[in-house]
Amino acid sequence: MSSSMNTVGRPTAPTEVDPIHGFQSLTGGRGLLQDEPLIFEMDGWDKTGVDVPDADLDASDLGALVRRDPIGLPGLSEPETMRHYVRLSQKNHAIDLALYPLGSCTMKHNPRLNEKMARLPGFSDIHPLQPQSTVQGALALMDRLAHWLKTLTGMPAVALSPKAGAHGELCGLLAIHAAHDAKGDHARRVVLVPTSAHGTNPATAAFVGYSVREIAQTADGRVDLQDLKAKLGPDVAAIMVTNPNTCGLFERDIVEIARLTHEAGAYFYCDGANFNAIVGRVRPGDLGVDAMHINLHKTFSTPHGGGGPGAGPVVLSEALAPFAPTPWVVSHEDGFRLVEFEEGEAVQSFGRMNAFHGQMGMYVRALTYMMSHGSDGLRQVAEDAVLNANYIKARLSDVMSPAFPDGPCMHEALFDDRWLEGTGITTLDFAKAMIDEGFHPMTMYFPLVVHGAMLIEPTETESRIELDRFIEALRALAGAARAGEVDRFKGAPYLAPMRRLDETQAARQPRLSWKAREGSNLAAE
Amino acid sequence: MHYTKDHEWVRVEGDVATVGITQYAADQLGDVVFVETPEAGKAVTKGDGFAVVESVKAASDVYAPVSGEVVEGNGALADQPAIVNEDPTGNGWFAKIRVSDRSQLDGLMDQAAYDAYLASL
Repeated sequence: MSSSMNTVGRPTAPTEVDPIHGFQSLTGGRGLLQDEPLIFEMDGWDKTGVDVPDADLDASDLGALVRRDPIGLPGLSEPETMRHYVRLSQKNHAIDLALYPLGSCTMKHNPRLNEKMARLPGFSDIHPLQPQSTVQGALALMDRLAHWLKTLTGMPAVALSPKAGAHGELCGLLAIHAAHDAKGDHARRVVLVPTSAHGTNPATAAFVGYSVREIAQTADGRVDLQDLKAKLGPDVAAIMVTNPNTCGLFERDIVEIARLTHEAGAYFYCDGANFNAIVGRVRPGDLGVDAMHINLHKTFSTPHGGGGPGAGPVVLSEALAPFAPTPWVVSHEDGFRLVEFEEGEAVQSFGRMNAFHGQMGMYVRALTYMMSHGSDGLRQVAEDAVLNANYIKARLSDVMSPAFPDGPCMHEALFDDRWLEGTGITTLDFAKAMIDEGFHPMTMYFPLVVHGAMLIEPTETESRIELDRFIEALRALAGAARAGEVDRFKGAPYLAPMRRLDETQAARQPRLSWKAREGSNLAAE
Repeated sequence: MHYTKDHEWVRVEGDVATVGITQYAADQLGDVVFVETPEAGKAVTKGDGFAVVESVKAASDVYAPVSGEVVEGNGALADQPAIVNEDPTGNGWFAKIRVSDRSQLDGLMDQAAYDAYLASL
């Protein structure tokens, strides 16, 4: 042995051994991470992890409906349960772990200051049914947030209550529907949507009862004005356009699109999912937009998905403002109050979208983000988001094929799969290989108008160093793809907790609930 | 066999047209996981969606290449959507439609025109 050993015999330097190829652990564990069974398959069926006193009930009103069999849940203790979920969370990816380049999702850092503010008891410990006189601070915050949203978009009104982007789309189209109805114009049954739209746009239109007509796209990735002109008519209620669009491009004819739409008697709904690329620099109100949702969980950095509920306030033009959903906040000489009923000033409102007023916690986080950045900071948010995306586009364009090589992109860089032609490797394979390199894949196969699309949105919160690490990983993979290392891609991911899943089988024969295996002693007893 | 620009094929026997999606469409979609075909008796209009096909990559409408009345939908696809990938122009047919206006067939492409169209994509 070498001399690297302390006085109680503990080696203090690694022993040199030949690496084992295809090393497999004995238990399925991996570097302090245990192989994780389903919670139902953990040993805990014969016990209970908590000590609940017997319920002392005289009689039940349920009669014959009283449960006779045990409910059948695993009886794990608190540490067992906690460890199970913490171990699962360690197999997950999160924006707090690394860059999350999902195009069109705007996975940006959620500042901790937002969290601190949202936990102030005056915001976190209040209830929507409290008397309004006791929640004046919360109402003032909603009023302030509304002011910022209206100012940043150049729009006169905002509905705060929609709970996510698609819910906001629904709000906008319901307001448009109400506006046509108010004019006695019931003949408008069609909503125009470009081919590159988010899937939620046609889905929302269909949900409201409209039929959807697609607008073609030009070769440079924008709305085809000629096709738009041909499809506008007295049957069109609205057009839904995302700007910047899902190809990461600014719709440079947006003012003309708005003019043509209004000339045809229709309204202009703008999908504001990509507002982060233009916030502080372009006011949608100046472009002729009638309604636009703003994803607070994107542009204004509130958490996404499992991290917290979304919020999708909708700004409305003068023409649509009277139809906004209740409730909304108004200020009066003694403070603030909620307009809650469809009467008086709200007589034309199309109604209510939620039981209450929306996601208070998200309002606090979003306003914190706005106020901590200031108007100059928000302007820089848009600039840096666009700069970062163009940096990625510029540094990858010699090894990958940009879908729209001419000119700069906005906040996301879009590549197609032409550069993989002849390698036998697909966009999916490439994305899976990124996981082995430690990077979450980009959005793939969207937008649908680009073959084998890879849509990368770095957001403004990534540093140059972080972007370079990401770019070097992609360049190395691109080199491996060109060098014919097909197995590196086809078998990927090799190092993730789960290998490649059979998406086809999962979709064709989904298993949606857990059942004990045949002969298993895990049964609901 | 006739073809549309949206990659549907039509095979006419008597006044009944069998309709499906082409090999190209099936390949582009990837593994098909769900198919919804119309029921007999449903009236369809040329150019309107009459069936739905979903793969792991995308969901899309299948557009009626001709107007008419559905004689039969291919119910087998509901349980075995993979047939669309295995045999798109045979057992993977979507519906049989009684054609109301045969002149609509004139606007469709023949094999040579469709091949040329594919080459242009």
